[in-house]
Amino acid sequence: MSNRRPVNLDIATIRLPITAYASILHRISGVALFFVAAGLLWLLDTSLSSPTGFAAVRECLDGPFARFLLWGSLVALGYHFAAGIRHLVMDLGVGESLEGGRRGARWVFAATAVLAVLAGIWLW
Amino acid sequence: MVTNATSFSRSGLSDWLLQRLTALILAAYTLFLVGYLALHPDLDYAAWARLFAGLPMKLFTLAAAVSLAIHAWIGLWTVLTDYVTERLLGPVATPLRLALEIAMILVNLGFAVWAIDILWGV
Ligand code: HEM
Repeated sequence: MSNRRPVNLDIATIRLPITAYASILHRISGVALFFVAAGLLWLLDTSLSSPTGFAAVRECLDGPFARFLLWGSLVALGYHFAAGIRHLVMDLGVGESLEGGRRGARWVFAATAVLAVLAGIWLW
Repeated sequence: MVTNATSFSRSGLSDWLLQRLTALILAAYTLFLVGYLALHPDLDYAAWARLFAGLPMKLFTLAAAVSLAIHAWIGLWTVLTDYVTERLLGPVATPLRLALEIAMILVNLGFAVWAIDILWGV
């Protein structure tokens, strides 16, 4: 295939609809969670290793920076979770229309906002 | 049929299905663990270790860890094949993509082995 085909998609010149933001954020949150997973495995490993390790994890998560990082991770997880459920619902054939897609995207953003507040209340 | 050496199952349809199946397991595990931690604000080491020492929780955690490795393998493969392309990056794209894919596969396998190692010690 010739690689000189014109590519007519300059994303910077396109005003993205809400569904496009919902989609790219699902991707960004998924990639972020891959790195978060390493941190969570470390927390699990250390907290289960000994009472001292458990106390070290508690103390570490008490720091303002670690707590903010944990909050950010929970928000990424909450967003990816909500948008993932939306994917599964759409795979079942529900909300696949243009209006349904918009409604689903708004629902995901609203759910994430609620989860972000709940996570904040939980951690602070 | 075109197959791909670095996708998880060498089949788009089965990758698609596995991504959904692993998503459900990860969702269930996330809900359980967040719920457990929210209901036990004064958790101590003994209770935490007891939770993970039980066989059901060991199996649940193992299923979640394996799901994570498969889910992220399929997910990151999709992302890499979308952006690390010759159209965007020129001729370095193919060797670079292969290197990144192998690296992310090794990390995902490492996650699964790490989780097994954690469960082994509880
Ligand atoms: C906790 C660790 C998780 C990680 C590291 C992770 C990572 C990823 C990545 C990198 C992608 C690819 C995104 C893309 O192709 O644009 C993805 C896709 C997906 N994730 Fe997750 N995810 C996790 C948890 C979850 C959970 C809990 C759910 C379920 C609610 C979920 C549902 C999905 C679905 C349905 C897709 C497919 C999207 C598509 O086909 O475009 N994920 N995930």
